[in-house]
Amino acid sequence: MKQLSTKVTSNAHGQDSSYFLGWEEYEKNPYNEIKNPNGIIQMGLAENQLCFDLIETWLAKNPDAAGLKKDGQSIFKELALFQDYHGLPEFKKALAEFMEEIRGNRVTFDPSKIVLAAGSTSANETLMFCLAEPGDAFLLPTPYYPGFDRDLKWRTGAEIVPIHCSSSNGFQITESALQQAYQQAQKLDLKVKGVLVTNPSNPLGTMLTRRELNLLVDFISSKNIHLISDEIYSGTVFGFEQFVSVMDVLKDKNLENSEVSKRVHVVYSLSKDLGLPGFRVGAIYSNDEMVVSAATKMSSFGLVSSQTQYLLSALLSDKKFTSTYLNENQKRLKIRQKQLVSGLEAAGVTCLKSNAGLFCWVDMRHLLDTNTFEAELELWKKIVYEVKLNISPGSSCHCTEPGWFRVCFANMSEDTLDLAMKRLKEYVESTDSRRVISKSSHERIKSLRKRTVSNWVFRVSWTDRVPDER
Amino acid sequence: MVLLSRKATCNSHGQDSSYFLGWEEYEKNPYDVIKNPQGIIQMGLAENQLCFDLLESWLAQNTDVACFKRDGQSIFRELALFQDYHGLSSFKNALADFMSENRGNRVSFDSNNLVLTAGATSANETLMFCLADPGDAFLLPTPYYPGFDRDLKWRTGVEIVPIQCSSTNGFCITKLALEEAYEQAKKLNLNVKGILITNPSNPLGTTTTQTELNILFDFITKNKNIHLVSDEIYSGTTFNSSEFVSVMEILKNNQLENTDVLNRVHVVYSLSKDLGLPGFRVGAIYSNDKDVISAATKMSSFGLVSSQTQYLLSSLLSDKKFTKNYLPENQKRLKNRQRKLVLGLEAIGIKCLKSNAGLFCWVDMRPLLSSKTFEAEMDLWKKIVYEVKLNISPGSSCHCEEPGWFRVCFANMSEETLKLALKRLKKFVDDGNSKRSCQKSESQKLKGSRKKTMSNVSNWVFRLSLHDREAEER
Repeated sequence: MKQLSTKVTSNAHGQDSSYFLGWEEYEKNPYNEIKNPNGIIQMGLAENQLCFDLIETWLAKNPDAAGLKKDGQSIFKELALFQDYHGLPEFKKALAEFMEEIRGNRVTFDPSKIVLAAGSTSANETLMFCLAEPGDAFLLPTPYYPGFDRDLKWRTGAEIVPIHCSSSNGFQITESALQQAYQQAQKLDLKVKGVLVTNPSNPLGTMLTRRELNLLVDFISSKNIHLISDEIYSGTVFGFEQFVSVMDVLKDKNLENSEVSKRVHVVYSLSKDLGLPGFRVGAIYSNDEMVVSAATKMSSFGLVSSQTQYLLSALLSDKKFTSTYLNENQKRLKIRQKQLVSGLEAAGVTCLKSNAGLFCWVDMRHLLDTNTFEAELELWKKIVYEVKLNISPGSSCHCTEPGWFRVCFANMSEDTLDLAMKRLKEYVESTDSRRVISKSSHERIKSLRKRTVSNWVFRVSWTDRVPDER
Repeated sequence: MVLLSRKATCNSHGQDSSYFLGWEEYEKNPYDVIKNPQGIIQMGLAENQLCFDLLESWLAQNTDVACFKRDGQSIFRELALFQDYHGLSSFKNALADFMSENRGNRVSFDSNNLVLTAGATSANETLMFCLADPGDAFLLPTPYYPGFDRDLKWRTGVEIVPIQCSSTNGFCITKLALEEAYEQAKKLNLNVKGILITNPSNPLGTTTTQTELNILFDFITKNKNIHLVSDEIYSGTTFNSSEFVSVMEILKNNQLENTDVLNRVHVVYSLSKDLGLPGFRVGAIYSNDKDVISAATKMSSFGLVSSQTQYLLSSLLSDKKFTKNYLPENQKRLKNRQRKLVLGLEAIGIKCLKSNAGLFCWVDMRPLLSSKTFEAEMDLWKKIVYEVKLNISPGSSCHCEEPGWFRVCFANMSEETLKLALKRLKKFVDDGNSKRSCQKSESQKLKGSRKKTMSNVSNWVFRLSLHDREAEER
């Protein structure tokens, strides 16, 4: 009998693979404007496809960067051999400056405190390995990115204890929720090592308020624990208010060189702001030398390709490009989000008021048969199979209230978004008038779920595509 | 007070950082033919710098590929968005074919059984996560690549138990040594999950023999819970293709393909040595076990290969004209370069283990030791670094059981530099032979300077567990 590790075997049991069905349906029947106009529209992928033209134009004007040349000379050999886990210095410098630019140059990032990683997936896991022992816990506000269950817990043995947030206050983190989560961890006999937030939030699309940030910094200060702020969406802020990073708060509270600042770590990536998830570029930023040192060694397990580091160092060093890009990116995201919000409104559907991200947090509670997660799943299946939109149900994000869905808007064309809204509107209108008749299609979907889920539950623990879905 | 994990902090204690000194000395004083001809020559880096011209000329003839174009059309968006952990299929297909070609097409690789990872470093760690739980053990023949101590053990909690190999039989694995290692693990209350070999071997530079492979396969056939991981990262550096026997061939030739053994044999590969592209971070796990493939694929999320790089290399490796020419040319150049090192050492009266692969030789400097101890090996090493100004790797860093062996790289420098290195070494050996009596005062001086540097070491032992560059040194 073969013996594999418990990490491999335990994962094959007990997880709900209904989400897998949504993905599978999409893969079987993907929308294509010409070839498959009745197919399923993908609205579950948080990708930023709005600004590729800007990057393509830059690439055309700067062929050396991709062509592995510097000032017309080939540097192929240098790059081919460059595997220093300290990273390409010009890339870290350009990345640090880019991160500063995103924060209005109000704070500075020291390149020597940056550790590169193969995407923020790698960065987050590495931070867990550095900060937590197996069995230690991190507190995360709900709803949160489904991938964290794997990224933070799987190989590290760390636990996640949720900080329950509710719609009653726009899902903001409250002091009592924070304390409750901490006590819950203690009840479970788990040592709390820190808090991890995503700011701007996935799936909410909102920025953490100054109040929440102050609350968090005070909390970790008093409990002597860490704060990780995953700021992967920092460049997608399009509201009137500027993005407030945890680094801003440390500065404003005069904590910049304090002991607390050593326990605040930022994670970043170019997957959302620049729309480059395929290039695997992530980073950890920490004021703690030991964390930087350990994380640097651990980055051996996920270094960024030197070919990619070089290309992006050239791109991000071009300040004319970066300032144009950041402005234009925000502008286009804002317009596109508005299009989604108005489209939903026309269908009688509201969302959480958002000012960042590549998605909206949509309130479909009024479309639920009952105020339950089962009803949420039923609604979700209808939206996948009948409306032919693949969106993400709130339960997959550990939301404590049924009826919320994350709907992406930046991974498709305007026309496709229009069509998606049209389909949704039709569905809502027909549902209003057909509540009685829908019972039979309801039964059909229920039996369909029973048949297909049982084949998959053993084999597939996690949806095949979840890594892509951030 | 900052609370970090044991993984982050334990590494700062108790490890010998003398090796760090060698690297540090090199960094302070690196040889450069024009700017620093008296500097230290780097012979501790297993890099393949002999065939870049072939790669560069291919790139010059295929400029579209680096610029994200396919048939004249831009595929930038496609690549920018491509983060599927199943990998670019055109790349996996090309890689599978390349791996078959490396084995003279005596076996074939199915790209569905391939998982891409950010280098073999990532592949090996991922395999450990898949095959072993914290506290389990893998048996490794000594000497072995120092990086394994970090790659296989650090974050996984897996232990390494050495299979002691000795110079009496050319460091080959014996049945006795294997069984002793297994018993030792049992004594230590460790559950043995598998055996990991590097074939061709680092640091030996030899291919695993048929006899050794038979021993290993007999063992895992009998012990049905044990896996065999074969890191074949140096497979393309065998000077004569026919001399390399992959574990995949044993599976085929011994008709094990329909047995449970098939699912317990896994291969690790990378383009860092054969193609000389360590910076591009391209590694792979090959396994016939569907569960391992499935889990490793998901784990590869933590170290995916950049799509930009996957695309470039899929084009390169799909070009059969290129690969057909590259592989034998690479072998030829490596063989010639190795000969230069071997003959050069012979002329100085220094022998190496007879090798037929790799980017280095396993050099026997036992006659130069003042005593048959690891302390003497360290002293000799320091002399070679500080006086001869060559940075080479002492056998103790590879867990070798016998003092006096050193790994010396030959493919990471020009011919002239290699010649100079040999000249320096010859002078050192010749001087040593004639000055044995005068050496006493020298030895006192060195002891004193070592004491000085020892106090530097204590500053570093807390801060740095492994010297900064070990990541690079395979």
